[in-house]
Amino acid sequence: MYNGKEKFIKLIFTVLAFSSLLFLLGIIVVLFKESFPILKNIKIFDFIFGIHWYPTHEPPEYGILPLITASFWVTLGAMIVCIPLGIGSALYINELASPRQKQILKPTIEILAGIPSIVFGFFGMLIVAPFLQNLFNIPTGLCAFTASLVLGIMAIPTVTSLAEDALSFVPKSFKEASYALGANRWQTLVKVIIPASMSGISTSIILGMSRIVGETMTVLMVSGGSAIIPKSIFDPVRPMTSTIAAEMGESAVGSEHYHALFAIGLILFLITLIFNVIAEHISKKHRVKLGLNR
Amino acid sequence: MSTDIKNKIKIQAENVNFYYGKHHAIKNLNINIYDNKVTAFIGPSGCGKSTFLRMLNKMNDLVPNTRAEGSLIFEGQNILEKKIDVVSIRKKVGMVFQKPNPFPKSIYQNIAYGLEVNGIKDKNFIREKVEDSLKKAALWNEVKERLHTSALMLSGGQQQRLCIARCLAVEPHVILFDEPCASLDPISTAKVEELILELKKYYTIVIVTHNMQQAARVSDYTAFMYLGELIECDKTEVIFTIPKEEKTEQYLSGKFG
Repeated sequence: MYNGKEKFIKLIFTVLAFSSLLFLLGIIVVLFKESFPILKNIKIFDFIFGIHWYPTHEPPEYGILPLITASFWVTLGAMIVCIPLGIGSALYINELASPRQKQILKPTIEILAGIPSIVFGFFGMLIVAPFLQNLFNIPTGLCAFTASLVLGIMAIPTVTSLAEDALSFVPKSFKEASYALGANRWQTLVKVIIPASMSGISTSIILGMSRIVGETMTVLMVSGGSAIIPKSIFDPVRPMTSTIAAEMGESAVGSEHYHALFAIGLILFLITLIFNVIAEHISKKHRVKLGLNR
Repeated sequence: MSTDIKNKIKIQAENVNFYYGKHHAIKNLNINIYDNKVTAFIGPSGCGKSTFLRMLNKMNDLVPNTRAEGSLIFEGQNILEKKIDVVSIRKKVGMVFQKPNPFPKSIYQNIAYGLEVNGIKDKNFIREKVEDSLKKAALWNEVKERLHTSALMLSGGQQQRLCIARCLAVEPHVILFDEPCASLDPISTAKVEELILELKKYYTIVIVTHNMQQAARVSDYTAFMYLGELIECDKTEVIFTIPKEEKTEQYLSGKFG
């Protein structure tokens, strides 16, 4: 039985709990509402696959393929950096590190997660970019490669901490069973622990990817900002997020350009939504596989 | 303790001590474990019987902050020495755990795993060995139609027999059972016990159990431990009828436990 006071408290918490749902709905509604007007003037096909992004030209062109390509290459490059480093550190922390090393490594990686993205941005801009420019002798260090490198490092903590969780959820009994059959550490790791946590590891990679795709400040600072389809990884690029960040301030509210930027936002939202749904789906299957739902 | 001259000693423990950090879990334990016999360890929770069992296949090495002293001779080698090859000991001393712990793989792969990690690649040999081990574990008829389905779909009792089959496949010399029936129903328990009696023809068996009737049914020798000490070890019928120590008699008659 609830008395009046308890009912009131329950109501407050219910409202708080559902408020995030409300915000989400609000954001989705605004994204759709502000995106659609662009489709009146441009076919969706031309918008997504158009290769010219000249929003301020006369007449303007709104083809976002260069932006999508840029996001794709930067994300791919960042994944190549963060998967081996992120998963590797997770495996090391979970399996090989002594308790003392664990005590040092885990917080260190968590601190890395706490560094603001703007700090990564100017680190990339002032240190990594000039360094790579000299190293590879390229016209500018602000390019897809630099963005990939910096974003990849940024995403390591996300991947590591989620993958490490997945590894630590593997029941100790599997490990013991494996050792008791005469398997060594390496065999146990590769044939038992990694397969048993594979879905959790995949989830960590997908969520790391969605972090990279959505990252704005860092890419804005280090990717170079040129809206052409890159021919090499050393070309300056303009991914979707930095396009919105750079141009939203200049576009007149309600203009075509403004709606086009919203449409880019919508596409980004859908991409990360798909990543998150896949990650959720995989981690559910994972729990069933380990018999944790029984 | 009385010794049978004709029995061969498989494992000989002398002044074995074991510590979890500062906790002294096993105190000056001396015991002989005989070849092709079933030796049961009984005693109240926390008496050190599982700890001792896990020393026999070096499982306690996985627990941080532990320390072992004394000598534990298995096939002429003191397995408590630092430089011994842990992997080869574990291959010779198989273990069946308290809770059935099949891998989240197919029934077939669960058994093939032990062979593969020991370097066997011949597919035909593995196939024969899987069938052979499942037959020995009295599980073949129940699973032969579905060898490639997940082992987690089996009942608890079947899972435990699969774990026994998995252990048999790598041809250990000794099999350790750590309360193998603790999570099984009476019918499954009876099947596992039957299996243990069958297996002792070929293997040396050490079993830890909380169930005194089980010890009486399956074992040739029974060791009673209390607070980290071995109080008494003798032939099972002697322990259960005329124990020498008062403590043993009290435990068996249910005065404490």
